[in-house]
Parts: sequence; C-alpha cells; structure tokens
Amino acid sequence: MQLARVIGTVVASQKHPKFEGAKLLLVQPTTVDDQPRGVPLLAVDSVGAGVHEKVLIVIEGRAAGEALGRKGAPVDAAVIGIVDQVDVTE
Amino acid sequence: MQLAKVIGDVVVTRKDENLTGVTLLVLQPIAADGGSVGRTLVAVDAVGAGVGEIVFFVRGKEASFPFYPTEVPADAGIVGIVDHWDLG
Repeated sequence: MQLARVIGTVVASQKHPKFEGAKLLLVQPTTVDDQPRGVPLLAVDSVGAGVHEKVLIVIEGRAAGEALGRKGAPVDAAVIGIVDQVDVTE
Repeated sequence: MQLAKVIGDVVVTRKDENLTGVTLLVLQPIAADGGSVGRTLVAVDAVGAGVGEIVFFVRGKEASFPFYPTEVPADAGIVGIVDHWDLG
C-alpha cells in the first residue's frame, strides 16, 4: 500500500460496466513526509474520500477489485482508507 | 489506472488468436495538468475509444477482464472515456 493525496475527481460516462456507480479519484502518491512521488493515478474510492485528503491506496488488481466489492472488475488501484496520522520514528 | 490521450492505433495481422477482433490503440499517459508524462504504450480497448479522446486505462492482467472468458494477452487496457476531470 502507499500513501497518497487526493487531488481531483474524474467523470467518465462511457466506461466498463463494472465501474457503474464507482467514484474515481485522481490521487498523487506521496512519501511519508507528504512530498509528491511519481505520477498521479486514478483510483476507485471505497471509503468516501474527498479532495485534499490524505489516503491509503492499493496499487494491485486483486486488492483493488476487492475494495470495489466486484469480482472481475478491470481495476488496478483503489483508495482503501483515509489517513488520520502517520508517525515515523526513524 | 491512469489518464491518457489516444494518439493512434495499431494494426497487427499476425497475432495471438485471442487478440482477434480486439482494437489496439496507442496511448500517451498524461498528468493531472494534461501534459504528457512517461512513455507511450499500446493498450487493448474495451469501451470503443477513438483517436484524440482522453481515456483511463488499467495496467496488469486486469486489462483482459473485460474480454472474459477470452484470455486476451494484454498488460494494458482502456476501461473508460473521460468526460472531464476536476482538480481540487
């Protein structure tokens, strides 16, 4: 899993049926000290996250499909939690 | 998934039989500001996208899921056409 920041939302009327009703978020992966890392991704939202929130994402197909609750969904990333706090001691 | 612009298509006559009838499109991944980012790639199309459209695509074996039970040998697939996106 990775930390990320929600930076936007995406609207797509024409999409694979397994995406019906799913919310699509643009998320920017971040380091633990909140610096952007890599390119933004699209993730399906399973927790009701909003723009600017710090979230936990999975970037793997099976986990993302489970988060969406739909078998055989062509997804590879999902928001699975809203982060309250990250403590790194070392 | 990632945002991308469809910039072309690919014609392949001799191919894996499970690719028969599957449209192959050339994608340029784009960043949140719409600028190009990273390398172009070829993806299978599951939604009827066309050149010039902004789409989102999935990487990995999930790219073949829309074609189930045909096991399409693909590692990237277009699964949606983007109307618009909004940055917060």
